Amino acid sequence: MSETGSEQLNRSPLDAEHVALGARMVGFAGWSMPIQYAGVMPEHRAVRDAVGVFDISHMGQLWVEGDDSSAVSAWLNSVLCNDVCKLEIAEGQYTLMLNEAGGVVDDLLIYRTAEAQYLLVVNASRIAVDVAHLQDLMVDGVQLRNVSDEVGAIAVQGPRSAEVFQKMVIAAGFASLELPPRNGIVSSGDGDQQFSVCRTGYTGEDGFELFCPAVSTVGWWRRALDAGAVPCGLGARDTLRLEKCYPLNGSDLSEQRTPIEAGLGFFVALDKGDFVGRSVLAEQKANGVEQRLAALQLVDKGPPPRPHYGVFEAGGETQVAELSSGTMSPTLGAGIGMAYLPIALAKVGQRVDIDVRGRRFAAEVVKKPFVKGAP
Amino acid sequence: MNVPEQLKYRDSHEWIEANVDPAKVGISDHAQAELTDLVYIELPEIGRLVTAGEAVAVVESVKSANDIYAPVGGEVVEVNEAVVNDPALVNTDAFGDGWLFKLKLDEGAAGGGELAALLDADAYRSHIS
Repeated sequence: MSETGSEQLNRSPLDAEHVALGARMVGFAGWSMPIQYAGVMPEHRAVRDAVGVFDISHMGQLWVEGDDSSAVSAWLNSVLCNDVCKLEIAEGQYTLMLNEAGGVVDDLLIYRTAEAQYLLVVNASRIAVDVAHLQDLMVDGVQLRNVSDEVGAIAVQGPRSAEVFQKMVIAAGFASLELPPRNGIVSSGDGDQQFSVCRTGYTGEDGFELFCPAVSTVGWWRRALDAGAVPCGLGARDTLRLEKCYPLNGSDLSEQRTPIEAGLGFFVALDKGDFVGRSVLAEQKANGVEQRLAALQLVDKGPPPRPHYGVFEAGGETQVAELSSGTMSPTLGAGIGMAYLPIALAKVGQRVDIDVRGRRFAAEVVKKPFVKGAP
Repeated sequence: MNVPEQLKYRDSHEWIEANVDPAKVGISDHAQAELTDLVYIELPEIGRLVTAGEAVAVVESVKSANDIYAPVGGEVVEVNEAVVNDPALVNTDAFGDGWLFKLKLDEGAAGGGELAALLDADAYRSHIS
């Protein structure tokens, strides 16, 4: 999570709501966003135990569409590594956009909303890069529309999210909604009241991401709070996603790392035909990788591991990696992190040392995710 | 915000109770509120000689690691093991049970003007307002 100065930051449609709630605001990916309201710990627990709501208006939304459904799906399959042909209308999947070297340009969710129409939900920090990358690869018969500036979004997350989301829909004056299944998308309303809801999230709990015109975002946000959702900031978003080993682009993913190295091979469809980066991934899948993103947990009580802390051979002086992510897990009460370890060390049960201000703390490679459970 | 009158303050939000021997050091209520829930505290070794302004301890929230500076010079003669075991004590009682360490003041601290250079409660109150 990189912090930047407060100048020229984009403002979410919910900016005044955050300030009124006493949120602490920080610069993130060019946006002024809430890092916390009551505190990371209570917000984290609210999402694990009940329900929380996040402003995700900074995220990007790109529409890809055309007249010929096979032309659209063929193009998407050539620029993304998962297989969009597996998507029926109203279904979505996690996928990645790669460069020629197989490195990650962005990771995203793609939803098929009509026969020849797809919604791509991308990282805030990568919107401009993604659009330029996709335009470079564009073909006749496919259109790309970036609607990120016109769309507001919130994520309702937690074991009580379905009940709370249904209350929000009814409070908005709609009949109760047939909620989509995991990774599904449902749209309703029209004009300013139009909204799309996707059953997904970045917390590892059941949850919904709602996209709506910027002007109607405040209404949805307030309905979420009224229905009992606890406002949650980027701080809890980071601890929640790291407990589930969900990668953060810019930290755990980069243009220098492939999805195979990141342990995301499940989302790479090598059998679907050619796509950007395929040859490198196929080679890595066949011959193995030299480093792999591993989950590390401190063996004893210790300080919270943080990004860029050095990872050393156990008891040795050789640095083998640096942490790409790290935090104190609120659920486990233990330090956790991820690092690209040499393959010999990236095995469950292997020990390494993490350097914290010159002191070494023993850590063990553990099975992903750190925290098991729904969904 | 609670700012006890009998303490002296550093502009980096440490407090020192210097009219007792050894002097007691902690961080202010304002500081703990800004830092939010503390999850880890690293204290200096007993016997360490510290100078005014030296980084001597670290308090960590989920989001950040923060250096704590010695308000004045002296020898660390006691540390609060209770906050090491339960860092939240600093959040709940920054001026009481959440103290961090005790200092036997050195010459510079006692007579050399280091104490006089710290903020009194009024000055610290305006510093954080």
